[in-house]
This record gives sequence, C-alpha cells and structure tokens, in this order.
Amino acid sequence: MYKYDEYDHSIVAARVEEFRDQVNRRLAGQITEDQFKPLRLMNGLYLQLHAYMLRVAVPYGTLDSRQMHMLAHIARKYDRGYGHFTTRQNLQYNWIKLEDAPDILAELATVEMHAIQTSGNCIRNISSDQFAGAAADELTDPRPWAELLRQWSTFHPEFSYLPRKFKICVIAAEEDRAAMRLHDIGIQIVEKDGQLGAAIYVGGGMGRTPMIAPLIKDFVPFDDFVSYLEACLRVYNRYGRRDNMYKARIKILIHELGADKYRAEVEEEFAAVKALGIDPPQAEFDRIAAYFAPPAFDADAPDTLDRSDPDFAVWLDQNVSAHKKPGYAVVTISLKPIGGIPGDATADQIDLMADLGKQFSFDELRVTHAQNIVLPHVRKADLYTVWQQLREAGLAEANLGLISDIIACPGLDYCSLANARSIPLAQKIATRFSDIGRQRELGELKLKISGCINACGHHHAGHIGILGVDRKGVENYQLSFGGSGAEDVSLGTITGPGFSEDGIVDAIEKATDLYLAQREDGERFLDTYRRLGMAPFKEAIYG
Amino acid sequence: MKLLTGNDLPTGDVTWWSGSGWSRHVEDAVDVGDQGEAIAHAEEGARRVNGPYVIDATATPEGPRPAHIKDRIRALGPTVRPDLTLKPADPNAGSWVI
Amino acid sequence: MGDLLRYRDDETHEEPAVTLDAFLGQSNATAVRIESGEDARILLPYLDRLALVEVSFPKFRDGRGYSTGRILREAGYTGELRAQGDVLVDQIPLMRRCGFDSFAPEAPVDEAVLAASLARYEFHYQAAADPAVPVWKRRHG
Repeated sequence: MYKYDEYDHSIVAARVEEFRDQVNRRLAGQITEDQFKPLRLMNGLYLQLHAYMLRVAVPYGTLDSRQMHMLAHIARKYDRGYGHFTTRQNLQYNWIKLEDAPDILAELATVEMHAIQTSGNCIRNISSDQFAGAAADELTDPRPWAELLRQWSTFHPEFSYLPRKFKICVIAAEEDRAAMRLHDIGIQIVEKDGQLGAAIYVGGGMGRTPMIAPLIKDFVPFDDFVSYLEACLRVYNRYGRRDNMYKARIKILIHELGADKYRAEVEEEFAAVKALGIDPPQAEFDRIAAYFAPPAFDADAPDTLDRSDPDFAVWLDQNVSAHKKPGYAVVTISLKPIGGIPGDATADQIDLMADLGKQFSFDELRVTHAQNIVLPHVRKADLYTVWQQLREAGLAEANLGLISDIIACPGLDYCSLANARSIPLAQKIATRFSDIGRQRELGELKLKISGCINACGHHHAGHIGILGVDRKGVENYQLSFGGSGAEDVSLGTITGPGFSEDGIVDAIEKATDLYLAQREDGERFLDTYRRLGMAPFKEAIYG
Repeated sequence: MKLLTGNDLPTGDVTWWSGSGWSRHVEDAVDVGDQGEAIAHAEEGARRVNGPYVIDATATPEGPRPAHIKDRIRALGPTVRPDLTLKPADPNAGSWVI
Repeated sequence: MGDLLRYRDDETHEEPAVTLDAFLGQSNATAVRIESGEDARILLPYLDRLALVEVSFPKFRDGRGYSTGRILREAGYTGELRAQGDVLVDQIPLMRRCGFDSFAPEAPVDEAVLAASLARYEFHYQAAADPAVPVWKRRHG
C-alpha cells in the first residue's frame, strides 16, 4: 500500500500545525464559532449530540496494522474505548474534546493518517472497492488511480469552497462493491485498445434527491485524467446552485442542465484546462502503482479447505470470498453481531483485527462501505485459525450480505442532524431474524437504515431501505423496497405510510414471508420484488 | 418552562444553564423564562458555552424534562450505550428518553 | 473594513472598479469589478488594457471567485487581481494559489496569523495559478 515520502509527510505535518493554530485561535476567542465551523469541518470535526465527533480518513478504505493499532490507541486514550466504521470507509470517534483534537491529529500523522477533508464542502475521501488488489474479477487495482486523486484533491485551492460536499469513487471491476454510481463522480477503470483509462459517471448521490449518475465520458486516458476531473469540478464550482443547500449537489446541476449540456460544458473547459500542463506524468502513476504491487503470494499455498467444523463452514460460505490467487481467500469480518451496533468496534477488537491483518494478510486491512472490515489476502490454510481468533473476540458473525448485515447511520443516538434513532431499529431487526438458518434461507438481502433524509445509511440503495422521520416529536419509519448500490444500481420505492419501531419489524417480516412464498429459482428478495412489483408486497404489509 | 442548553467549548460536553453557571446535569437546569437569548449571548461571548439554544421543557418531580427526544438523548447519553450515559447504574434511565 | 493587503510591487491602481456591464459599455475603463455569478471569460478580449480586476466574495462560503481568479490568470492576465468581501484569513493562502495578489477583506485580518498561514505549506500537490511547483513535478523533475 501507499507510503508517504518527504512531501506527503511535510504536507500532513503542516496541516496538523495549521489546525492546532486554528483551534488555539478558537479557544482564545480570536475567531467565532461561525468562522471556526468551516475550518473544523474541513478537518472532520463536528459538534454532535454529546461531544465533538472526529472523522478520520481511511483513503480508499485501505490501512495497515500500524494504522489500525493507532486507531485503537486513540479510542483508548482520547475517546471511550471504541470507534465507529462508516459508510464512507472512514472511522469516527464520538467523544472527542476540541482541546485534544490537535494532539490526536499529530498522533495520526505518525502513521501517515489524517482527517483532511473528511467533511466540508470540498472533495472528500476517495472511496473504492474493498476487494481491490484481491478480487478475482478486477481489471486492475483501482487504488493507484484513487491515490492520484487523493493527492490532486488535497487542499485543492480552487475546490475547497464548492457549493456542497463532493464524493468520488474509483472501481475497476464489473461487480460494483462500492456503490460507484451513487457518488458525485463515479469512476470505473476500463480498457480500450490495450490502454487503461477512466469511464466517468457524474451526478449520482443519495440524500434528499437520490440520483444515479449518468455516463459523461466513456474513456479518459491517464494522460488527461486529472485535467478532465479538474474540468468536471470547475463547471460544478462555477454553475452549481448556491441559493439552496438542498439543491447544491452536482446531481441537481446535471439534472437541471441535462447530461449532454453538462458534458459539452466540461469538454469546453477541458480544452482550456488541458493546455495548462497540470496532468502528472506516467512516471508518477508508476511510482504510486509500485506501492500497490501484489504481495509475495505463496505459489504453493494449498487450495483445499477442511470444512468439518459446521460453524466454520457456515462462516466460510458467508464471509469468505474468492481471491485471484489459488490458495488464498478474502475474509470479511462482520461488525454486525446480532443485537450489536453496526460498524462499532472496541479498541481491543481493532487491535485484534490489526494483529490478524499483520500475521495473516500481508499487513493489510480494508474498511467497507457496508461498515465491515476485510482481510484481503488470507491463505486458505490459515482461515480456520483466523476464524477461531475472531470468534473469541465476538467478530465471527457469519452474516455477510444477509438481512442482519445492516448498514445503519449513527442516528439520533449520536447525530445532531438525525430525526430518529437508527441503531435500536437495526438491533431489533437483527434480533428478530437472528436464526442463521433463517437468514441464509432468505439469502442476500441488503437492509439499510438512515435516521434522516441525508441518507448516510444509504437507505435508497437498500433492497430494503428504512428512513427515520420525526412525526410530531415521535420517531416514525418509512419503508422502501427495490434499491441497489451494486452494478444493478436502482433506487428504492416507498411502500406507503410509515411505521412505529415495532411495526416496521413486523412489516419486514411480512415482506420476507411473501418473498419466500413467491420466489422462483435463484431469485434474491430484490429479484422477486422487481419481478412482482410493489402491489403484492403492499398488500402483504398493509392489507 | 424554558431551558438553556449548549456544549462546553473545550470539551464539547452537553451543558445546561443552572442560574449561575453551566451544569452537566439537566436536573440542575433552571427556567430561563424570556432571558434565554440574553444569557446565551453573554455566555457565548465569554466562551463559557458553544452553540447555546433555548428549548421547551416540562417541570417534573424528577426535574426538568426536555420536550423533544433529541434533547432528552443529549441530557442522558446514547440510548444504545447505557454504560456511557450519565446514569450508567440506572437500568431504567433509557425509559426517561422515550 | 480591513486594510488593503497587496502582494505586488507596482503602485495601487487609483481608478475605481466599474461593474461588468459598465465596463463593457465604456471602452476606456481599466478597472472592473466582477460579481461572483458573472462569467470571467467575458473579460478575456480586454485583458491587455485591464490593470485591476476586483472579484467579489459576498460570503466566505461562495467559492466561485476561486475559479474566476484561475480563469483570468490562465488566460494570461497579469494585472492586479483583488479579492473583495467576506475574505477570511484562512482562505487567503488558497486565493493566492488561484492567482489573487491583493485582498480587500470586509473585516480586519490578523497579519501575524496571515503571515504564518502563507508560510506554512512548503509543498503543494497540484498545479494552480501560482508559481508553486506541484509535488509530482518535484518528484520527477
């Protein structure tokens, strides 16, 4: 994975000092909260319900054991012994003191981490495929492209006060594990005439007006990659709406202009920008790509598995994915124990995952947008040992992709924007469906919960989606079906009137019962819903 | 009744105006009547509070109860982590929120 | 009103900046003010005779002026480029990178803080409208 050189170190160190100075000015009263807020947000520091919340960037979701141990250390020293992995492949601490924030950033910098641009109206942390470098189906490793964009977007002087936040995702496989087309810019690395380049989708997003990004350019060669994105962003910075924050995302601009007009504007801007010489040379790409060279896989690693332990066999089937190298597998550690808090991990669990990553996965770990952790390169021969250690730490829930593998935002238990709690609902649903046999019978079922319209819990992209709303001071939940964040991307449709917390668990059970009764061979819940449409589900739920 | 609440600037802790200063405990909160904005302005200027705002609440024998669930969660702590609330030893603390 | 901060050696331009409409209707003006929603490219045919372009920042959150600055510099404008309005001390280093070389902030700026901010970053990842050499170029010559 990428390692800082003197320049990267210098920039991050300067940022720590800059933020220390900004915090000191705030504590000394030299700047008001109104002036400080955009500065702290640009560094991922929010004021939430109970305290300050700090969001630490995990660029494209990749980290090593040293970084993971540091996250555990900060949880113990500055927070309350745990962290929350987010749908943006980052980590959040919920109980941070403003006066500690500069020291935390200084500690993060020692392991090449930071909180730069994890909030604010700027280009956020670049997200990517959590199986990058390991997936059997990828064309190439997308992370060198993502790292190139991390550098390009860091403190970009022109794009630090955009109309609204801006999220970019890079993938390089046909299977979309990162909800690429639900980003402001989604990039798929593709091949044309033997050359790698980028297919650029612009204007996706969730939030209050969910949209799927249309294709804006089918192939941008590496030589034009940064220039083209610069043009995409400049058109947005100049013409994106600033009169209404709910209409300020690029998806609204593209919706209002139309993809063709936006593309024409970008092409015109690109013609001007391309002449500036702002594209890094191939040598820079090669320098970065060298850090992502495959690890020294053992060509003789045995490709067989002992499945005699039935609990282990279930976990193998559910949480272990195909690796591109024989003898290896990709392990996804579920942070969704039944009745637990989706995405939360204690400092001890974070340390253990770090140790497992170091010992069994070439010192690499990944954070997924579904709030789980991946060990990307595990020898099949080591899987049983890994599983046993995970089980001892309460980390061996065999529910990846099942109904209890719920994405949930922090909701009203932590978040000052939320209208309803998300976590207790996730706990109730997981508990209702806790039987693993029943969950596996239901098969792949992506359930996603957001506690407000901002959709941090990706409810629009859930096969089953839930949106919490405030109805006259009482929590109420809207149900939707038919969303997907994968390559068959779609947006969910609301079923009808909302439910209480208990009512929605019952409604979900009625819907899954209908699915079990009506499904045809090989159909997932989503497929049956798409085939039958909403009517029979509505009848089952409300009839 | 009206309460004045905000967060402590250096620590971010939730605080309540107690009549003479800021308390971590909603039980100490006093009715600010129509003085909330004025107190908020002075206290924020002195950096003794961050982001203060006035809320509705009802007086109960156990103390003031904020009208909105969000402020009750602020007063207690996350309902999903009773161990991290201000009343970790009280198994029924969460029912006060709902 | 804060003091005018200038990073140029020439004399301050005395002629008041006129609106874009007035400028386009008046062939001899040499200073123009451009509002944040106006298209800087309209000025490109007149860059040779312009000595001052004042770009309005009505709110610090309104970042359109950063693009305006770069567009003018990229087209070869060498006169004074002034950021006027809700310009905060922590934004000036970014504006410098976008080609601004004078600042008329509405509220006074702490010059010690500004000097420290401008000196803070030795390196920049990307090329912009200032002379800074991007990191990738330093890496590869």
